Amino acid sequence: MNILVCVKRVPAPGARINITNDGQQVDTAFLGFTVSPHEECAVEQAVQLIEKHGGDVTVLTLGPIEAEEQLRTAVSTGATKAVLVPIDTTDWDPQKTAEAIAKVVAELETANGKYDLVLFGNESADSCGYQVGIRTALKLGRPIVNGAKGLEIEDTVAKIRRESDAGVEIYKLTMPACVGVKEGINLPRYPTMKGRLASKKVAVAQSKVDANSGGLKLITLQRPPERVSNTVILGNGPEAAPAVVDLLEELGVFK
Amino acid sequence: MSVLAVIEHDRGAMTSASLGVMTAARNLAKQMNTKFEAVTIGANADRLSETISNFGATTVHQAHNSMLVDYGPEAWGESLAQVVRKSSPQVVIGTGTERGHEIVAQAAARLDLPAAMNCIEFDKDFNGTQPLKVTRTRWGGSLLEQAAIDAPIKLVTLANHVVEPQEELAASPATVSPIEVQLDESVAQSFVQDRVERVAGVTLATSPVVVSGGRGVGSAEAFAPLEELAALLKGVVGCSRAVTNNGWRNHTDQVGQTGTRIAPDIYIACGISGAIQHWVGAMASKNILAINTDAQANIVTKAGYAVIGDLHKVVPAISAEIRRRQAK
Repeated sequence: MNILVCVKRVPAPGARINITNDGQQVDTAFLGFTVSPHEECAVEQAVQLIEKHGGDVTVLTLGPIEAEEQLRTAVSTGATKAVLVPIDTTDWDPQKTAEAIAKVVAELETANGKYDLVLFGNESADSCGYQVGIRTALKLGRPIVNGAKGLEIEDTVAKIRRESDAGVEIYKLTMPACVGVKEGINLPRYPTMKGRLASKKVAVAQSKVDANSGGLKLITLQRPPERVSNTVILGNGPEAAPAVVDLLEELGVFK
Repeated sequence: MSVLAVIEHDRGAMTSASLGVMTAARNLAKQMNTKFEAVTIGANADRLSETISNFGATTVHQAHNSMLVDYGPEAWGESLAQVVRKSSPQVVIGTGTERGHEIVAQAAARLDLPAAMNCIEFDKDFNGTQPLKVTRTRWGGSLLEQAAIDAPIKLVTLANHVVEPQEELAASPATVSPIEVQLDESVAQSFVQDRVERVAGVTLATSPVVVSGGRGVGSAEAFAPLEELAALLKGVVGCSRAVTNNGWRNHTDQVGQTGTRIAPDIYIACGISGAIQHWVGAMASKNILAINTDAQANIVTKAGYAVIGDLHKVVPAISAEIRRRQAK
């Protein structure tokens, strides 16, 4: 199998997210970076699939040159090839991103043959656009289902499990296909020693493309109004138990 | 010219998110001095036109095709795109749910138009001619973005639970406008092929009481006292992402941006620091009780109530106190 996983480099925020003075981006001066959680799971799912069926997992990211770090992280957990689509900002709008990724996928496929699966995260952790995978799939002329909490291969069919309020839905797409993966589909592994070595050695291919800007334009970022709470301290240690149960009774929990 | 509400339904049953979308679409249409219309996809949703009328829509576009029986993201997105082409709305509003985002993104891709998801506010001065300024959520709600949609037709989804549904009868019932949409093989395979219906019962998303554990719990086994307390309170156990990442509990128990958003009557957060990704999943709780050794922990400062102490001692003490009172 030949699987491509599109990942995004995002900041790893702690208790609060700060914004730069110009309001244009998250202030990352004191933050580390990570692979967006849904995509981290997409990489793990792809690695599990090739462990079972054989093949290659290529990770691709469109992002600043520093995003090479996230590609190497993916390789340390089992991806075999890495492609960086460098841009000179942290982010492109969803239409521009999808157009660029579709162009690069077409280039890669001309050189190496078709990917059976192209995986995306359901939505990125930072911009939460819910659309790059769908737009890319349409440009590639392939079916896509989002929200995958299960993904198995049966012959030429990708079987997708997705949760809804009513229960579990099953989708079946004939490959080549695209899938938007959600966290919870698996538990991503930690890098192995062998993986770490591979991640240092892997050649990160660069594929520079341009694309047209879309119609969604960032004006400014802002923090939502802070929730101010005058926390009532019910006590210290186990001695607080009666006060807690008084509160629970007051809130009507036992009714 | 209109504001078009995309009605989300599951095999003919309208979802509650659609009610907020209709209310928002009607309000925006009034502001723009234009019509509020709605679209339903599949003949099994034709019967929803009465409910839609009660929210004041002037027209219900009913997309029909023999393929449209169950949900299929590509067929629904293509159907919406065709209704948009035919009815030329100025704004299209979908639900801020998994399906809503998916349908609007599919339609936007097919129409080659931008789309802004999870909007919480629209520009009060928007009259339909200029770019639409919106406020939308990022980072699962911990950051807001003001953005402009510069396109002839503006596609958005409305963040869930932001607009309170309000009926408002129009002067006359909505006109029903059926449209036979053209769907081909390219959208045929992504329909739901099979399903397992959920067994009725309390889930993490609906339970009025959630007892949640974080990194401070320390191990899978150490969740036993939390299970016990949850059982005494007829609630369920939740956890933070640190817990699922350590393999202590299943992801289905995870509260947070990439887990489940909850809104219980009381959320008891044990040994959880309250990182922003967790907080956005729990902040809709009506009451929060934090149990933490660190009085400065983020969750303690944001919670309504707190006990400062070791959860391994405090939680069993609370259970013991409940049993003591119940024995009386």
